[in-house]
Amino acid sequence: MSEREMEELKKLLKESMPAMDAELRRDLWPAMQQRLAEPAIRMPWWDWALLAAAAVVTLLFPTMIPALLYHL
Amino acid sequence: MEVLERFAAGDPDAFESLFRQYQGEVYRWIIRIVRNSATAEDLTVETFWRMHRARARFDARKGNFCGWMRRIATNAALDHLRRSRREVELPEEMPDTRKPVSAEQNEMRQAIFHAMDRLSPALRVTVLLALVEEEPYENIAKALGISTTAVKLRVFRGVRVLRKELSRAGVRP
Repeated sequence: MSEREMEELKKLLKESMPAMDAELRRDLWPAMQQRLAEPAIRMPWWDWALLAAAAVVTLLFPTMIPALLYHL
Repeated sequence: MEVLERFAAGDPDAFESLFRQYQGEVYRWIIRIVRNSATAEDLTVETFWRMHRARARFDARKGNFCGWMRRIATNAALDHLRRSRREVELPEEMPDTRKPVSAEQNEMRQAIFHAMDRLSPALRVTVLLALVEEEPYENIAKALGISTTAVKLRVFRGVRVLRKELSRAGVRP
């Protein structure tokens, strides 16, 4: 690709998507505080149990791995 | 103790101080990638939340807080693009959208958006920053955590895909 073609493509892109120079319009600290106050996502115990069962099955029956992957 | 050291040690006041100081910078970086103000605001909060979680891994003595912050912001934006890849997200606040555009211009713009949407998020971010925002390759490399050569390669690959998609749509760059 020549430099001229590259410049033409650049021009086309810039015409369709002008450079963004937007300023932040509001203070995001309240949103940040809200986010920090959210409880951390915890995995329920049954998810751990399912994970442990899957690990045991794959250890005992390695041939099941492709079938397990297929269902994921 | 310096504010960065206090932040790394988990001081909430230091975190607030850094947030207030850098929220605008993070937002301006992200909006250039996602090109939507509401998304950029959400991702700014997401970036600082990730920074807050990873604060113990930040070495205040080594410095380069801005580089670390920009890298996390870029990753947050990339993750967003990966999640919303199948949705066609048109820019919300392009400066010239208020001006009346001809049907031909509109068609061309749609073709460009469609072509950009065909790029993988990594290529899309690189092409946007390099060609539209004209960010130096070194800055893009640092933000993406790759080499300058890899950035050049991504631009080359991205341009090739764009040209192919545009010529398929009948637009000749």
